[in-house]
Amino acid sequence: MEDKIKKVSIVVSKGGLDGVYPGLIMANGARMDGIEANLFFTFFGLDAIITKRMGKIKIATVGNPGMHMPSLIGILPGMSAMATSMMLKTMDKLDIPPIPEFIEMVYDAGCKLYACKATVDMFKLKKEDFCPQVDSIINVGKFYEVSAGGEIIFT
Amino acid sequence: MPQKQYGAATVDVDDEGFLTDLSQWTREVAAAIAKEEGIAELTPAHWKVLEFMQKEFKENGTAPSIRKLNKSGVVSTKELYDLFPGGPAKKAAKIAGLKKPEGCV
Repeated sequence: MEDKIKKVSIVVSKGGLDGVYPGLIMANGARMDGIEANLFFTFFGLDAIITKRMGKIKIATVGNPGMHMPSLIGILPGMSAMATSMMLKTMDKLDIPPIPEFIEMVYDAGCKLYACKATVDMFKLKKEDFCPQVDSIINVGKFYEVSAGGEIIFT
Repeated sequence: MPQKQYGAATVDVDDEGFLTDLSQWTREVAAAIAKEEGIAELTPAHWKVLEFMQKEFKENGTAPSIRKLNKSGVVSTKELYDLFPGGPAKKAAKIAGLKKPEGCV
């Protein structure tokens, strides 16, 4: 039998619901199976751990072919908010929590959360801008260090 | 169908050792499965979780998610991971005599 996966480090690089959820579900799922997990948030993925933004992440209805919605309709005011609200309701029924609760859950499950230093510098963010579950702001070198001995997944 | 012997009890299980018939479950069986899963002794905190999971299972036909356990106030996510290290939802379901949870969260 193949060796079991023991450790994963997941990079969340995209914003929006569809950018953030896959990484969170994979990290949480790893912990549920006793696999060590790290989450590294970079670029717009950082929204998921910025206290002021984490609860307001939406799904894009424009420029998102996966939504199967003509862009002319997608631009209507409130369209993205409506699509987001519908999606969150469906997910809640499946016990997939909203992002702030999910971050808390995955942290309580023992996953470590990191913010990318390059992005933090670019957007002029500070440690105080992040939710308390974030362990630290680290650079790429440190990310490879914490990922040592495991799989790296980029989302 | 595979069977497993726990003390005096013989139970029907699936390929991964999850009980297929909750009516064959006893507290002794639970303690024996717990030992196999690396939990030396089931404490009152463990039993509280196991009993809640069985109650939910009987009502809904599936084991509750970690989120539901947390929201119910029975056990926080952190405590659950401490009580059933290395895979809490699946381990607890197995010890409680329930089917393997299928959900992703």
